[in-house]
Amino acid sequence: MADLKPRSACADLLPLSRGALHLEELSWDPIWSISPFKGRGQAVSDALNAALGVGFPVPGTWDGGADLRAVWSGLDQAFLVGAVPPEGLAGQAALTDQSDSWATVALSGPDAEAVLARLVPVDLREAAFGVGRCIRTQVQHMTCVVLRDAPDRFVIMAFRSMAGTLVHELDVAMQGVAARMGA
Amino acid sequence: MRVEGYGRVDRDEPVTFSFDGKRYQGFAGDTLASALLANDITLMGRSFKYHRPRGVLSAGSEEPNALMTVKRAGGDDPNVRATVQEIFEGMQARSQNRWPSLEWDLLSINDLGAPFLGAGFYYKTFMWPKPFWEKVYEPLIRRAAGLGALDGAANGDSYEKAYAFCDLLVIGAGPAGLMAALTAGRAGVDVILADEDATPGGRLLSEDERIDGVPATDWVAAALEELEALPNVRVMTRTAVSGAYDQGTYAAIERVGHHLASAGGLPLECFWRIVAKRAILAAGAIERPVAFKNNDRPGVMTAGAMRAYLHRWGVAPAQNVVVFGNNDNAHRTARDLAAAGIHVAALVDSRADVAQSGDYQVIPGAMVSDVIGGRGGVQSVKVTSASGEESIQCGAVAMSGGWNPSVHLACHMNGRPTWNDAISAFVPTPGMVPGLQAVGAANGTFSTHGCLREGAAAAAEAARDLGYAVTEAILPEADDAPYALSPLWTVPHKGRAWLDFQNDVTVKDVKQAAKENFRSVEHMKRYTTQGMATDQGKNSNVAALAVLADATGRSIPETGTTNFRPPFVPVSIASMGAGAQGKGFAPERKTTSHAATVERGAPLIEAGLWYRPSYFPKSGERTWRESCDREVTMVREAVGVCDVSTLGKIDIQGPDAAAFLDFVYCNMFSTLKPGRVRYGLMLREDGHVMDDGTTARWGENHFVMTTTTAAAGLVMRHLEWVHQGLRPDMDVRFISATEQWAQFAVAGPKSRELLNGLLDTPIDSESWPFMACGPVSLMGVQGRLFRISFSGEHAYELAVPARYGDSLFRELVARAEGLGGGAYGMEALNVLRIEKGFITHSEIHGRVTADDIGMGRMVSAKKDCVGKTMSQRPGLSGPEREQLVGLKPVGAVKQLTAGAHLFEQGAEPNRANDHGYITSVGFSPTLGHFVGLGFLLNGRARLGETVKMVDHLREVETTCEVIDPVMFDQDGGRVRG
Repeated sequence: MADLKPRSACADLLPLSRGALHLEELSWDPIWSISPFKGRGQAVSDALNAALGVGFPVPGTWDGGADLRAVWSGLDQAFLVGAVPPEGLAGQAALTDQSDSWATVALSGPDAEAVLARLVPVDLREAAFGVGRCIRTQVQHMTCVVLRDAPDRFVIMAFRSMAGTLVHELDVAMQGVAARMGA
Repeated sequence: MRVEGYGRVDRDEPVTFSFDGKRYQGFAGDTLASALLANDITLMGRSFKYHRPRGVLSAGSEEPNALMTVKRAGGDDPNVRATVQEIFEGMQARSQNRWPSLEWDLLSINDLGAPFLGAGFYYKTFMWPKPFWEKVYEPLIRRAAGLGALDGAANGDSYEKAYAFCDLLVIGAGPAGLMAALTAGRAGVDVILADEDATPGGRLLSEDERIDGVPATDWVAAALEELEALPNVRVMTRTAVSGAYDQGTYAAIERVGHHLASAGGLPLECFWRIVAKRAILAAGAIERPVAFKNNDRPGVMTAGAMRAYLHRWGVAPAQNVVVFGNNDNAHRTARDLAAAGIHVAALVDSRADVAQSGDYQVIPGAMVSDVIGGRGGVQSVKVTSASGEESIQCGAVAMSGGWNPSVHLACHMNGRPTWNDAISAFVPTPGMVPGLQAVGAANGTFSTHGCLREGAAAAAEAARDLGYAVTEAILPEADDAPYALSPLWTVPHKGRAWLDFQNDVTVKDVKQAAKENFRSVEHMKRYTTQGMATDQGKNSNVAALAVLADATGRSIPETGTTNFRPPFVPVSIASMGAGAQGKGFAPERKTTSHAATVERGAPLIEAGLWYRPSYFPKSGERTWRESCDREVTMVREAVGVCDVSTLGKIDIQGPDAAAFLDFVYCNMFSTLKPGRVRYGLMLREDGHVMDDGTTARWGENHFVMTTTTAAAGLVMRHLEWVHQGLRPDMDVRFISATEQWAQFAVAGPKSRELLNGLLDTPIDSESWPFMACGPVSLMGVQGRLFRISFSGEHAYELAVPARYGDSLFRELVARAEGLGGGAYGMEALNVLRIEKGFITHSEIHGRVTADDIGMGRMVSAKKDCVGKTMSQRPGLSGPEREQLVGLKPVGAVKQLTAGAHLFEQGAEPNRANDHGYITSVGFSPTLGHFVGLGFLLNGRARLGETVKMVDHLREVETTCEVIDPVMFDQDGGRVRG
């Protein structure tokens, strides 16, 4: 019997570079949403900390490192990236597999902020949106999660079905910025 | 002509360009206007209405006359202000609103008809006969009156829009703006300094001044160098702030590629949305003309513009100039021109008590009362004084009626400016735009020293406000001469004197408006068109008010100003909609089977943002109907595969999940057993049907809801609203899982056979009866299986994580084909569900109730739900409503059409006799005729009746029998099979 072959959201689309700007797909896997039930926020955060060393993130932030992180993703909701939710969360929080829901890309380069300034209507200056910050917002017409991974690197999560549009929009903005920088 | 030793253009870098097909040479740093003047071209355009020959009036973005069309690779760019457009190598510009040429414009005959074409002419003349307005008059007028035109081709240029944020936005980089940016920048404030010019400096670039003992331009250069070195300051040139909006939001338009021969990937323009905690308006001031007879002749320009052309571009419009004004700027102009070797034939000052200011003739207490000349330029002026009238030969006239602070942005939020008698002008009223403070010339402070002082003070205040420590800047030394003027708006005359050059509005027109009782300034504006179009009254505003005030016996502040509206300068729609052209209008959503679908040649149709296959053509099939019929038969007789991933899937968990579903669905879900699926109907708060779908109970406190494709987002939003707004007491959480799962319908008598070839553990009727659901393993991948059916066949929906969607779809289709089936598209899906009377949003279109679709009894009596009470209002159920029925043709005409209306046999098919309408139709190969669903007055009681279907648009009339909406397999035996 044949095997089912996995295919990533941005297969055939990425990576791409424009001047000093680089766009690549991230294989964030697994991704689970965690929504603590009423009054269980602290218990959930403690359980996460005990098992994985990351807490439930405060709104607008993410916690963790390259391999494992907890990303705030909305009201009473966070994405646990890089690990399945620990046993202790059962019954404490709604847990939903989101591993295949997102096209997750990283935009990097010295002018990454300028690229997103063409698509994202929120203040992404480092003082307002430094490393460790994330937000649910729009990238052109798409609702996305945007987080700052490093001073010159952002991660953008868009609906998987919109991967083509996401890459297109980012590429156009990257080309515009690269042209301005004389690349 | 060029003036040696003057100007900041780069004379080592010649630039060749063409105007109306003739080649000329300018220098790097020239605008189109300065380069044309340097080539002794004063005739640059024709006026809007009278086609009067016009030259350049100004040297800035307020230019009303010199509007040109610049040819670009992406298409013609009309109405470009020659005073703003920088020249580039090979640039092709041409004049507008003339035929056949700028020199010989046949429509200048309008000018002879001027006595008839004054204010209100159109309103009075083109009233009769009525149909003539649209068909004859308007097209004629539009051809005769106008600005430039687009070339009719799709816009090939690229545009950008962008967002920026800062603590302090400084609008304008003249002395006040530069000083403000320096002060705030040094304090560490995050500053954006935006200036519409290509080079910051403002008026300092156009005057002969010294700051701190060095030429002002050197001071500007040093200031810029310091600003560029500050990491917290961003200098944006060629960026005109065009509007002030709520919450400290400002719009700005940046000319990115306009000045370049080849854009090299750069957009033409970028539309900025800048959000600033504080703003400083240092937009400067605009010099106002004086209204005297023939003041619109080419060669007549504002005095400030003439100085700007001299100092900045090293250009003079003529060798012999008359300067006319009511203030000291006139003297400054005469002095500067004389120093540059231009002959000042006379300085005409309307004030009586003025002293000699230089080596030229000063005529005090006098006025220029007429300009003699033509399209070639000025020949002489008439000067009227107490001692009579004299004629003075000259090639150009510089005029100054004083300065109007650029209050526009400060007024964009509907505040009214304050009249300042000392300068006879309006100044911003503090607080008109929250967080914005006007400084310098924009605030009515015209000396360089005053500008520097106000800029520094406002920036320091804003910085302190924002919590920054500020050290008092030592102000550079600069000119602090007082600004002395005596108001002068019009020179008494017999002929026409222009107020609004762009819209051809004269003093006479404004007086006429007042005479005809259009006394309110807003009425006068509309009656005369003064202050309209791209100019927006920049040059004419106060002068026109003064004339109206005089004509109506009121003061200028009593008369008031018209509304100042954004944008301050023209902003292209293309830049505002950047990124949204064509398919950029909305994101495209593609299923995981997209590539395989396209490979099979399936035409795609849009379902919301999704792209779904219409049908999968096989070789030999000539029409979509052939494919559709085959696919329907295939599902009924073998097995079909269809991607249904686009349906919304919402994961619902929590101790109150079941109770919550009972509240949002009209039927009961708390009684559903885990491992089973139930059909649910959701009502809006107003009692009408919102959406339907199946919901599976995955666990005791875990449900997986399915919505329609179209309403997936709507239902998610509804659930959030119900939870947060109505039932925050309920402990329930939800998240969309639409994107997580690639889900395929496998439908037909052979569906189980197909699945059992894939599943690691085969299923049978015992383990998976109709409406069962649960986890499955297929080829080692964990998936979900639902035994549900939208076709009425024995069918399943199989879901796997989206990464496997492409692979699974190919596998399913290949196996289906092996069983005599294959993939099917939306057309077949639609026919299958119509045969079974299953509804979609064609039926639940927002105006139907549960009772209308025969589901009234689904609204549970045992519990409350959203919309229940409202659905019980009188008139929302019963025989007086149009109810869902099935329809089939029974007469000679066999066609049904969606959207057609239903009438009683023999009734006149008009609105009053309307008995309903058809919502969905399809040809059923199973039944051998067209089938339709529709709504018919008291329809459920009329089964068996014949009605008349009339499609007034397609001109189809069909006799139909009213039948049960379930037209195929009424006992449902197949679905359970």
